[in-house]
Amino acid sequence: MSILIDQNTNVIVQGVTGRDGSFHARQMVADGTRVVAGVTPGKGGQKLDEIPVYNSVGEAAADHRVDATVIFVPPKFASAAIREAADAGVPLIICITEGMPVLEMVENYRYVKERGLRLIGPNCPGLISPGKSKIGIMPYRIHKEGAIGVISRSGTLTYEVVYNLTVAGLGQSTCIGIGGDPIIGTTFTDLLELFEADAGTAGVVLIGEIGGEAEERAAEFINTKMTKPVVAFISGRTAPPGKRMGHAGAIISGGKGTPQAKVEAFRNAGVAVADKPDEIPGLMRTALGA
Amino acid sequence: MNIHEYQGKEIFKEYGIPVNDQAIVTTPEAAREAASAMGTTVVVKAQVLVGGRGKAGGVKIAKTPEEADARARDILALTIKGIPVEKVMITPASEINREYYVSITVNRNDNNLLLMMSRAGGVDIEDLAVNRPEEIIRFPIHPADGIDESGLEAALAEVFETPTLQSQAKDAVHRLYRIFMEKDCSLVEINPYALVEDEKLVALDAKVNFDDNAVFKHPEVEALRNPEELSADETTANAAGLSFVSMDGTIGCMVNGAGLAMATMDIIKLYGGDPANFLDVGGSSNPAKVVSALKIITGNPRVEAILINIFGGITRCDDIANGILEALAQIDLKLPMVIRLIGTNDDEGRRILEGAGLESYQSLGEAVEHVVAAAGGVKA
Repeated sequence: MSILIDQNTNVIVQGVTGRDGSFHARQMVADGTRVVAGVTPGKGGQKLDEIPVYNSVGEAAADHRVDATVIFVPPKFASAAIREAADAGVPLIICITEGMPVLEMVENYRYVKERGLRLIGPNCPGLISPGKSKIGIMPYRIHKEGAIGVISRSGTLTYEVVYNLTVAGLGQSTCIGIGGDPIIGTTFTDLLELFEADAGTAGVVLIGEIGGEAEERAAEFINTKMTKPVVAFISGRTAPPGKRMGHAGAIISGGKGTPQAKVEAFRNAGVAVADKPDEIPGLMRTALGA
Repeated sequence: MNIHEYQGKEIFKEYGIPVNDQAIVTTPEAAREAASAMGTTVVVKAQVLVGGRGKAGGVKIAKTPEEADARARDILALTIKGIPVEKVMITPASEINREYYVSITVNRNDNNLLLMMSRAGGVDIEDLAVNRPEEIIRFPIHPADGIDESGLEAALAEVFETPTLQSQAKDAVHRLYRIFMEKDCSLVEINPYALVEDEKLVALDAKVNFDDNAVFKHPEVEALRNPEELSADETTANAAGLSFVSMDGTIGCMVNGAGLAMATMDIIKLYGGDPANFLDVGGSSNPAKVVSALKIITGNPRVEAILINIFGGITRCDDIANGILEALAQIDLKLPMVIRLIGTNDDEGRRILEGAGLESYQSLGEAVEHVVAAAGGVKA
């Protein structure tokens, strides 16, 4: 089992004829994802390999059942792309785009939520249920089917952790990058709830970083609502305050978002916190009692 | 992006939020002239892009033009948190009867904006939030709804004692909100928002931060950028499309991805080393970026060893390997360099490096151990 996506998920790609969009659309097809259509305004009627291209999400949705869309358009146009998908009622909207204005995201968040839909990202690698479906940009081959859920604010650091899990024989049910921006569509807590309810997930690895209070909120949820074991890792323990560490959301400011507070919140919630990514599999095995 | 107090006050003035007159000077003589022209007791304030300047001696009262000269001389000689003071503000001193706090910021927990107000202004708001959180009135604003007027009036009445003050503060909140929305801010803050003579509220300080992702929409904001906000290396790195932050250590780092770059620094520290920088080379495989990154790292005289940590996803390890070779052809590298390559096309990448006599690791732990040893081992 998995959360959010499986082998039956029909996916469209917004920005499918662009450099990144076309590369990853092909990659997703190669990795077994059901990519049913692509969207690029003005390019309707074309094809990318076997993928039909439409002018709008609405047109694509008229011809196909669309369960999810993945957005590869530049930041200037990404808000319009999110709203177009929301207007067409696509239940799962994944925005890979990095560099979106925060105030636009405040409004986009409300727009998607009001329509009862789910947004993941922006500024994220997407999500994967190994052996079933991959919607995003992560390298497929480091993954392995299994029972560990992975949630992360980061991209390549997630690969590092997944790689360590896979090498240690711990496969994954679903891995989700929620994005490194201050305003994101889906939080740690939202996903912990889904993993808790998923029969195919035995334990969860949470990869946090400095900035904000999302990890503290996750710790509170784990403490009060979760029965499955969680292992955490926090990056940015050596980051200086007031400096944005690459991700727009990764900044210690106003005394908030310090790594110490996050580690402490997790430890108080009974969550094992790894100092290095390669400690995670061992801590997970111990937590699972296996 | 952060700007100086005086730049923030210019924006306040443009939007009709009351501020005192100000003159920005760079010499003691100009400070004296400005104080003399104002004809009253003045405050001399360091203009630096870091907090805590008051505690560092960067804010002083001067009763006469001569005193302004002397105080400006002292302050212009200061270095506050590593940043030399190059400009001071001269502004008339106010008779302060009470200090309030007002700010608007992005509330990432609730995906909206947050107006915060307090009667306990003037102090560090972070201390206040920890020690006396009940003294901060929080009022959410969603851009799609605008400000709920009756709710705002009730919130104002909890902070400001009289109808006169409430109506002035209400006006200021609306103007702050306009600044926030029209210029894509991440923070606008008045602290202290001071009650001075004649029942008037004045912004005695101004903190305005902008959303880096939205500056492209606002050329007038871009024009306020202060190059001294960044180190020379950071400026060069930004121009090359790299995300870079200077640190104090001896191990230069080049990593793909911000999260992994932070974690790499943390692990170096765990193994007893000290990172010289945060550097995210980004998701592309462009060899030119690798060349720029290595040039910036090797240009730092403190660097004693270099760690390259690449987890290939979109980034292809063979492209990175070629970039490294290209960079080595351009730079006379005398420092030890440890390379960790894994992920997309890593076998090919490793072959390319081996062909040029460069060793690489698969395990991050092993690579870090080697680079810490190469940089002179564990620091006490």
